[in-house]
Amino acid sequence: MAEPLVIVGKGMAATRLVEELGQQALGRHAIAVIGEEPRLAYNRILLSPFLAGEIAANDLELKPAAWWRARGVSTFYGRAVTAIDRAARTVALAGGLCLPYGKLVLATGSKPVRLACPGAELPGIQTFREMSDVGAMRPQAERGARIVVIGGGLLGLEAATGLARAGGRVTLVHLADRLMERQLDAEGAAMLATAIDYRGVEIRLNSATDHFIGTDKVEGVVLSDGSVIPAELVVVAIGVRPNADLARAAGLSVERGILVDDRLATEDPDIFGLGECIQHRGQVYGLVEPAYEQARVLAAGLAGKDAHYAGSLLATNLKVSGVGVFSAGTVEADDGCETIVLRDPDAGVYRKFVLREGRLVGCILVGETQGALFYLRLIRSGQDVSALRTDLPFGESYCVREAA
Amino acid sequence: MRHDAPLAPTATRTTCPYCGVGCGVLATADGKGGAAVAGDPDHPANRGRLCSKGSALGETLAQGHRVLHPLRRNAAGGYDAVGWDQALDGAAEGFKAVIRDNGPEAVAFYLSGQLLTEDYYVANKLAKGFIGTPHVDTNSRLCMASTVAAQRRVFGSDTVPGSYEDLDAADLIVLVGSNTAWCHPVLFRRIQENRAERGAKVVVIDPRVTATAEDADLVLPLKPGMDSVLFAGLLVHLADHGLIARDYIERHVAGLDETLANARDIAGNSAAVAARTGLPEDSVKAFFTLWGQTPAVVTAWSQGVNQSAQGTDKVAAILHCHLATARIGRPGCGPLSLTGQPNAMGGREVGGMANTLAAHMGYTPAEIERVQRFWGAPAMAQREGLKAVAMMEAVADRRIRALWVMATNPAVSLPRADAVRAALSGLDLFVISENVLSNDTLAAKPHLILPAAAWGEKDGTVTNSERRISRQRAFLPLPGGVKPDWWIVCEVAKRLGFSDAFSFRGPHAIHAEHAALSAFENEGTRDFDIGAHAGLSLAAYDALAPVQWPVPWDRPQGTARLFADGGFFTGDGRAQMQALAEPAPASATDARFPLRLNTGRVRDHWHTMTRTGLSPRLSAHTAEPAVSVHPADASRYGLVEAKFARIETREGQAILKVATDTGIPEGSLFAPIHWSAETASDARIGAAVQALVDPCSGQPELKATPASIGPVTFTSQGFVLSRDAFPLPEGSWWARLAVEGGEGRLFATNETIASAMALVRARFGEEGLVELIDREGGGYRCAVVHQGRLLAALFLAPTGRAPLWDTVKAVFADPTAEIGHRFALLAGRAASGTEPGPTICACFGVGLHAIRAAFAAGATSAEEIGLRLKAGTNCGSCLPEIRRIGARAFSTEAA
Repeated sequence: MAEPLVIVGKGMAATRLVEELGQQALGRHAIAVIGEEPRLAYNRILLSPFLAGEIAANDLELKPAAWWRARGVSTFYGRAVTAIDRAARTVALAGGLCLPYGKLVLATGSKPVRLACPGAELPGIQTFREMSDVGAMRPQAERGARIVVIGGGLLGLEAATGLARAGGRVTLVHLADRLMERQLDAEGAAMLATAIDYRGVEIRLNSATDHFIGTDKVEGVVLSDGSVIPAELVVVAIGVRPNADLARAAGLSVERGILVDDRLATEDPDIFGLGECIQHRGQVYGLVEPAYEQARVLAAGLAGKDAHYAGSLLATNLKVSGVGVFSAGTVEADDGCETIVLRDPDAGVYRKFVLREGRLVGCILVGETQGALFYLRLIRSGQDVSALRTDLPFGESYCVREAA
Repeated sequence: MRHDAPLAPTATRTTCPYCGVGCGVLATADGKGGAAVAGDPDHPANRGRLCSKGSALGETLAQGHRVLHPLRRNAAGGYDAVGWDQALDGAAEGFKAVIRDNGPEAVAFYLSGQLLTEDYYVANKLAKGFIGTPHVDTNSRLCMASTVAAQRRVFGSDTVPGSYEDLDAADLIVLVGSNTAWCHPVLFRRIQENRAERGAKVVVIDPRVTATAEDADLVLPLKPGMDSVLFAGLLVHLADHGLIARDYIERHVAGLDETLANARDIAGNSAAVAARTGLPEDSVKAFFTLWGQTPAVVTAWSQGVNQSAQGTDKVAAILHCHLATARIGRPGCGPLSLTGQPNAMGGREVGGMANTLAAHMGYTPAEIERVQRFWGAPAMAQREGLKAVAMMEAVADRRIRALWVMATNPAVSLPRADAVRAALSGLDLFVISENVLSNDTLAAKPHLILPAAAWGEKDGTVTNSERRISRQRAFLPLPGGVKPDWWIVCEVAKRLGFSDAFSFRGPHAIHAEHAALSAFENEGTRDFDIGAHAGLSLAAYDALAPVQWPVPWDRPQGTARLFADGGFFTGDGRAQMQALAEPAPASATDARFPLRLNTGRVRDHWHTMTRTGLSPRLSAHTAEPAVSVHPADASRYGLVEAKFARIETREGQAILKVATDTGIPEGSLFAPIHWSAETASDARIGAAVQALVDPCSGQPELKATPASIGPVTFTSQGFVLSRDAFPLPEGSWWARLAVEGGEGRLFATNETIASAMALVRARFGEEGLVELIDREGGGYRCAVVHQGRLLAALFLAPTGRAPLWDTVKAVFADPTAEIGHRFALLAGRAASGTEPGPTICACFGVGLHAIRAAFAAGATSAEEIGLRLKAGTNCGSCLPEIRRIGARAFSTEAA
């Protein structure tokens, strides 16, 4: 009889794990997927274009219901897991159901970080993480409301441009001196800022939020320099943190995220972690690519294979219509690194490549991300690119022709 | 008339302004200042064919670089545009002052083989008969002076005995010191046709194995300067094998015995010849046998023979062999000097050289008196004047105080060119008649710049290497205030008080007087007699068909050949053989200067490039000045292909690109003569050339200067393309060339990428700047794109990995083209398709890659390449290269 496998979480990581299991360990497990959101798993990355009105709700769906059915997966949607009984090897669901497991996978994802300043609880201040968030934001934007987005990272930028495109008058407030400061250098960030600004978003850098004003709902954001930005809607997108409460409650070791080893197992050999909720080799990932890599490793492990996850190369893709940003690996050259820059400010194009000892270790592509996968491959493979050096910035086709 | 006024679209028959082949050209003005150019099928020199240079003449008619109004130097050292009256008065006053203070012999004229005969005639007449100075010389001194001297010594006159037709009828053609394939391409094709149709054999004698030697029957790469050893040896061989034409010698030639004895001393047998020339004895014997057994033999030569301190002897040694066998003046045989310039011979005809007086007359009292009577001249020069090199020395030490330079660029072309340029700056009166606004000679700051008519505007006659007088006709109006050279000379003459002798109605009237002088008291005593032209009307002059002189009054159809039956223009009618000096280079190499620097032409450029440098097509074949060096010498002296080398001599230095070439003998260097301070930073090769001259001809030994060579390091090299001039980093090496759409410079520098970036910003700002920056890798590329159009591009890479520019050049060519793909542009790639590669066929702009691709796709011969790509089907000067590319393609295939 198939071993019961319970997956807590039904996001992109969980979906990919089911898909991988279907390929690597078909029929080996009786799978149950439990998710808090009352709908089919969807592609969270597409929330921004959905917000912008560029795509419809059903375009977000990862897999149709029939797909889940075909895999014999029991789905429990709109049901939170309240506790794990490791001794009994069961999980308790809100509403009373208790499911036994042979193996348990925690793919609980992350939750948005909220501001803790005065007024942060006022209505009209929200995060941007779920379909339901979009439902609240869209109408405001469409009627041309003043909106402040706090956070100039990937999510904040996507929210801001999505809202602006939908009709909102958007100001983006960012603490750092440049946008996407962890993924971009100053020049790349400046070029991105130009492109974002061109899309109708006013950007305020070096700006800390002091508090919010408003009586029964938010009316404005007060910055630490005292300036006030009127706002009918505030979207806080200052990051996410792993959703590890359930694991912590179950007595599993948690630091920033649920600690897992290279097999993605927690200290309990029957409980595994996957996706944004875990901490692996000290690293917490807030991106989908690492989760997909983990899903592949975990599926193999669950299939009885000896598979190991060695961590992921950080690669970021910003997809705001017309403004591509890709960032991977080391983006600020330190000692022993060499830098190649290709820039075309008029076309909004900036490309930076960081090399160490003849190998590509990182790159930034702003404006035009053609070749991103090629560069990622080069970074991952660690191959010597000295011979391609001159052609590297122009993309794969140039390098291939050079090599031929 | 405005220079851009439309002209009727009828073709004008004229003559090419480049080499001494003197090809007929059909030029059709396009009404916009340019012209379509085609070979004249009816001209006997070329029968419709043109070489790459001639074909591109239409690209060289632009006005932007022209001097259009008289310019007078002001106190600040700048120039003011002045009217012709002011300019001519200024010149006349200046000459008068110098003559008054220093005598007429303080005045000199330095003329040019690019002048028309009529221009030459009035200049020579003014100097030698009216100012009274014998110091009239010409750039022909660098070109044909040794041939002139030898022909005068041996034949008694400066007479080319044969015709081009002899190249069609010969069974053996010997090319000595001549890269005919590149320098006289149309004649080379005639020779190739003879080979193909009649099986003529070709022997190439040249220390340098050039394109001319590619598929010759016998190649003799002898040691530099040993030509006369080879021909002395040939004379001995002819004598020892009973091949001397005793009867002809008996009746028409003096001095054989002494000459033969001397030849035996120099080169007594083939072993001795082999030892002295460095040739395998078998090759020497094969050559002697072939020459001896082939009555229909043409020996043709160029600068490899002439530009020598023993050039006169070398030419004489060739003439001796033809005389000894009576192989002269008959169809298919004879000595044939291939002249370098379009009208070197016309200049010789009027006497525009320091060692002749006028119309093939010298400085005997009778000749001086005769010319004086004819001209009604008040102040006849009484003795030979200073030849070019000596003239410039006299300028330097101020024996010459006033100099008038016409149509030439001596500050580039003369040996010790830096010293010449410096000397010119010290003249009391320096006048230049010139086409262009800027060149190295103009940089010496003449007091007056007189704007002279250029090819296409001027009207007169030229004489080619086979004594054929052809009309050069105008098909463009004179632009701006430009005037013909003859007019300028005559106007100055009038202001000097010689109105009667210089009031010509036009070039036809000058030609008529020139013709009359040639016939004056001639009675067959002088070879040069064009008496039939003495009464030529304007209409007849305009309609003049190409004709070979002599054209005496009773032989208007001209003369194809001379001397078949003797009739030499010596006192007794006998040719004069004479012993040769011991063959040796003018100066010895030593430990400090162990190499010999040879100089010459590249395929698609002409002289100092003031004309060919305007053509993007012509600039594509050899883009940069390079020193060719044997690979063994390259490694011996630490040189690397495509990097840089400094050539040093006792006179000066130059820095050139390095091109290894197994055709260059070890111990030799070859550098092009074309680049000047206008077109390159450090390639004025004339500055490094010694000024040692032939004692008889005064021609300098330009091909054997002792030299050393060593590497020069630049960290980066690259190119810049710009619509207007663009400043390069301080201390850059550069070569400028014409490209479609603007100017291109290839350069090398030790400056950092940051300084290149700063220059770009200083010139263009940040707007529209597309850049690739690889500081650590030493790479920088930028394109300046304004409103979607490419304004400029600069590419820089570490030395040895210079970026190719063909694709960027192609984009740059159209200033109105929208830049579709900026990455492709900076990548130096065509967005689709491939790099064209270096241009091989300049006529049709076919690149190396296309030719390789065609061979790869199944073409088996240069002819098939012609059918597929048209490459090589016009001038054919790239055919050797195409064959080489084919051979390489097949050897790769086989391997």
